Amino acid sequence: MKHNYFNLTIPALKENIGLVRVVVAAFAAQKDLTLPELDDIKVAVSEAVTNSIVHGYGNNPGEIKVNGYFTEEGMYIEVIDFGKGIELEKIREKMVLDPEDEHPGLGFLFMQSLMDRVEIVPMERGTKVVLFKRILKDNRTV
Amino acid sequence: MEVEKEVKNKVLFVRITGEVDLKEADRLRREVDEIIENYPVKDIVFNLKNVNFIDSSGLGVILGRFKKIRSLGGRVYLASANEKIKKILELSGFFRIMKGISREEEVWEEKTHEA
Repeated sequence: MKHNYFNLTIPALKENIGLVRVVVAAFAAQKDLTLPELDDIKVAVSEAVTNSIVHGYGNNPGEIKVNGYFTEEGMYIEVIDFGKGIELEKIREKMVLDPEDEHPGLGFLFMQSLMDRVEIVPMERGTKVVLFKRILKDNRTV
Repeated sequence: MEVEKEVKNKVLFVRITGEVDLKEADRLRREVDEIIENYPVKDIVFNLKNVNFIDSSGLGVILGRFKKIRSLGGRVYLASANEKIKKILELSGFFRIMKGISREEEVWEEKTHEA
């Protein structure tokens, strides 16, 4: 059986963050995930798209691709921008909550905490964030 | 997102309904700051009962107001968060620096202890 997938291309506008959340949640809901799991996925995806808009493109115009697909193991969501790229070191430094900083790098903390795996792939131009959520087979049956 | 604001005995109540992400963060920041700048506000209570989504952009606004209010000697309370929002607040460490209360009225009891 062919596994389901979707490909979405949107302009990097903050109005579209909610759209991506809805699309990803509807896609994920095809599998037997709990409501808290769906909420976790929505927060993680929101953070990835927000990062692309704010850090990737610096709030300038650009395009974001969101790809979702299922494998035997679970669900992958890729969020890709073609902006200026992010420095991995900076992210690590910012993972600690700093009350003096209004953008405390909480986004990456949330992605790491709420998903089973997060990969940040610097590209020649831009960044790809891969989010993975494990979906247990026969999740709901005992 | 909808925001209802009320100042009572120098406590600003910010009652938020809906989703708080990057799209809404600037407006929330503006609306709260406008009240802080124009009214005598010592403490803030963010009532999150009707918030059904918040991410780091929304939390950033709360954190920024916390810094402002703390530097003026006030406190920030997070009231009525549902389980899903509570999880995010716990992950972010907010309950270590701001007081969580289950109903916004509890702020008066807190203030009695303070006095």
